[in-house]
Amino acid sequence: MTDPTRRPLITGIGITAPNGLGTQAYWSATLDGKSGLGRITRFDADRYPVRIAGEVTEFDDTEHVPSRLAVQTDHWTHLGLTAADMALRDAGIDPAAHPEYQMAVVTASSSGGTEFGQREIEKLWTRGPSYVGVYQSIAWFYAATTGQISIRHGMRGPCGVICTEQAGGLDAAAHARRLLTTGTTMVVTGGTDASLCPYGLVAQLSTGLLSTRDDPERAYLPFDTDACGYVPGEGGAMLILEHPATARARDAHPYGAIAGYAATFDPRPHPGHPPTTNLHRTITLALDDARTTPDQIDVVFADAHGHPAHDRAEAQAITTVFGPHAVPVTAPKTMTGRLYAGGAALDLATALLAIRDGVIPPTTGVRAADPACEIDLVRATPRDGPVRNALIIARGHGGFNAAMVVTTP
Amino acid sequence: MTTFTLDDMRQIMTGCAGVPDSVDLTGDIGDLTFTDLGYDSLAVLEMAARIQQRLDIPIPDDAVGEMKTPQAAVDYVNRRLTG
Repeated sequence: MTDPTRRPLITGIGITAPNGLGTQAYWSATLDGKSGLGRITRFDADRYPVRIAGEVTEFDDTEHVPSRLAVQTDHWTHLGLTAADMALRDAGIDPAAHPEYQMAVVTASSSGGTEFGQREIEKLWTRGPSYVGVYQSIAWFYAATTGQISIRHGMRGPCGVICTEQAGGLDAAAHARRLLTTGTTMVVTGGTDASLCPYGLVAQLSTGLLSTRDDPERAYLPFDTDACGYVPGEGGAMLILEHPATARARDAHPYGAIAGYAATFDPRPHPGHPPTTNLHRTITLALDDARTTPDQIDVVFADAHGHPAHDRAEAQAITTVFGPHAVPVTAPKTMTGRLYAGGAALDLATALLAIRDGVIPPTTGVRAADPACEIDLVRATPRDGPVRNALIIARGHGGFNAAMVVTTP
Repeated sequence: MTTFTLDDMRQIMTGCAGVPDSVDLTGDIGDLTFTDLGYDSLAVLEMAARIQQRLDIPIPDDAVGEMKTPQAAVDYVNRRLTG
């Protein structure tokens, strides 16, 4: 991506987040420091060790998804279909007016349709195999959201799904960028997740990294001396990535461009040895890909895991590249929880909104910054820009690292 | 229950496969094909499964394939109930 005019443009954003449904609602809540974390309501979580989550409580599935489609799909797909609709409307794109094989869908997925799956598995246990609905066959699997968006809008280009846990949103957008070099002109990309059912939550608990605190204001405190794990959330974001020539030809109003990206894996942990990470190398490679130097980055959207060791590893990666306290770092996901496949997609959308409005959204809740994390954390209130280049960092459970640089259009 | 009516069929359809956008299911739908009504083969398979459970009658896959319209499904079920 040496020539800035060839950078793919993001021309539409759709957001379904715990602290706001729709881009405007989410962005104003985020700048106001309004959190979407609260007690789990989708099921009775009293007997589970994790009882706080970020739920998209304003979202009524039946209001946003047509009945025929709703019965065949999981809540996670409903959130994805809705975000995709919002993004297309925002971009001013009528898919019917575009060549179907030049439009593609690439989303991130982390859990698949766990809530739908749990319902069907319960029927299997209690009543027998013939009571399991036929739509289980298509609702649970990772590619379901991509597939349903593709079918609904007649987008028959090279579609796909990427499963790299919380790194997925960036990896999907990077794959979308790749597709734009081989004949595709427009891609719906991003990701959502919704795994707040007993089955989905228990699967997450096995990592031991989730917060078990009951106070939503103290449950997720990345980079704080009181950090105690992370809060899970649901929702995410979809974005429209367009070839610059096509976007300019139709007079689109881009939020920004993807300037660079890199992904690495961490080595398998060896018992008795300290863990190592390639995160700083990921950042350096993404900056190189963007032909950008560290001093040109105006803000870093951190992965902000919330587990003390992981926070310190990330802070160290940032300071290795930028120097201590040298670049503003923020984690607005303190207001949504970690959204898995939706998390990095939402951070990507948030970074573009920060560029548009020249303001860095805050990290909420942090009172006593961990002195071992030598970063300039934007806390409590937003900080004024300008924001020309933003770096987004994302890590996925199991060793996935991704970093992306977005820039003014 | 001795007979299976078109209203019973409507209930099964909306209950397990949802309501299509383009068609009024309360209207005269008996002889429209499921495809025209917006239900694909998977949806018809699901309807057949629910009918079998509700009425406790077996419906072989071949018979499901022959149920092209809601009325055809109703007629098939009634033949099984009386036969």
